[in-house]
Amino acid sequence: MPQTKPVPNEIPQLLVHEAADNVGVVVVEGLTAGTDMLCCITHDNSTFRLTAKDDVPIGHKIALADLRTGDTAVKYGEDIGKIIADVGQGKHVHTHNCKTKRW
Amino acid sequence: MASKYSNITVQGYRRENGRVGVRNHVIILPVDDISNAACEAVANNVKGTMAIPHAYGRLQFGEDLDVHFRTIIGTGANPNVAAVVVIGIEPGWTKKIADGIRLTGKPVAEFSIEQKGDFETIRAASWAAKDFVHHATELQREECSMNELWISTKCGESDTTTGLGSCPTVGNMYDKLLPEGITGFFGETSEITGAEHICKERAVDAEVGERWYKMWKAYQDDVIFAHQTDDLSDSQPTKGNIEGGLTTIEEKALGNLEKIGRTSRYIDILEPAEAPGKGAGLYFMDSSSAAAECVTLMAAGGAVIHTFPTGQGNVVGNPIVPVIKITANPRTVRTMAEHVDVDVSGILRRDQTIDEAGDALIEMIRRTANGRNTAAEALGHREFSMTKLYRSA
Repeated sequence: MPQTKPVPNEIPQLLVHEAADNVGVVVVEGLTAGTDMLCCITHDNSTFRLTAKDDVPIGHKIALADLRTGDTAVKYGEDIGKIIADVGQGKHVHTHNCKTKRW
Repeated sequence: MASKYSNITVQGYRRENGRVGVRNHVIILPVDDISNAACEAVANNVKGTMAIPHAYGRLQFGEDLDVHFRTIIGTGANPNVAAVVVIGIEPGWTKKIADGIRLTGKPVAEFSIEQKGDFETIRAASWAAKDFVHHATELQREECSMNELWISTKCGESDTTTGLGSCPTVGNMYDKLLPEGITGFFGETSEITGAEHICKERAVDAEVGERWYKMWKAYQDDVIFAHQTDDLSDSQPTKGNIEGGLTTIEEKALGNLEKIGRTSRYIDILEPAEAPGKGAGLYFMDSSSAAAECVTLMAAGGAVIHTFPTGQGNVVGNPIVPVIKITANPRTVRTMAEHVDVDVSGILRRDQTIDEAGDALIEMIRRTANGRNTAAEALGHREFSMTKLYRSA
């Protein structure tokens, strides 16, 4: 699929693979809680904004919506594991609240 | 149909069997661990040669021994190698390996140590090595199509940026060059776990997909479930992956599979270190996900350039195959620049498209084929790691 470059000069803080995803990836260093993030869905380059609720390292994930224990974490439009502790929108998602369903 | 990728040429070495190499090594190849010292002595005597020491080759048997022979013979047979001196402790396996390499038509000389000792073996092998250096240094690069290259991929120290940037960059390269006739390799059997349903569907047809799935399932049953602790023995994702933000094996696998792009389909399954047998196209090689083991196996299968996406910064190289490092992680570019050949961090800033990044990688493949040393070559990374399937006798 041909890609178009986004117009704004602003660099996104959060990238999301697919519109169906409920987590996104922090792509800047030193992101702090309270940051009004520019978020970009890479599949179609559409953008939205979301406030980070944690300090989150580059490469780590942030919840795009409130996620409840037992929910499925979705990235690449695919099941990447289960939520094992409630996590609010904008909060850090990692091994403390998300786990593979396999083991 | 011709595309802008159809007519790219590189200056390569056309070998006796018609394959194209991009390096011109004279290697001193031990059959077994106890011949390493003699090989290193020969390489020290004769400048322009390289010993490739390794840890195994004694008292192996069955499938494990087959992998050993394929790896050693395939390393010698690789088109990046001009000529080979083989040294083993005894003549039987030494001859088997030398004869296997000789099928390519390249110069091979073999020496065994028993009844002679290291001194006499090193003396005789040094004369052969010196002749091979004279031979190799007179070989000329010639114009070859880039599409004759065999190009492998495996990622390492992955994080979430590899799935966003560096792996799709490799996938874009394959989507552009596989239709032009290159031969490609991907693998990392354990790392497909979590995306096996998708990988199975990426076979060229259902029969190949079923064979792939059977191979993957056998790995799960024979290796993982036979030896597991609580998950993939606390190794998938690795500590480095988790530090980089990858949470689950599924997330890691989905990022990994980005390396085969959108349209590419694999046409066959290879045993570890097996050479492709169905002509040009993409192959899955049953292989470890450990960087040095996997690159070593793919080089033995005949790959002449390896494309290596990394997130947190894997530094692996190979003795005979240039390993091109690609990263999209701006922190890795900042802190480990000496290891990076292709910086695609622009993908994360959204000022570089995947299409542009793929073209940048193709350009780096062209330059590397022409002779540009990769970061790993410049830094002396020559990791050669044999795959061991089970304990020796």
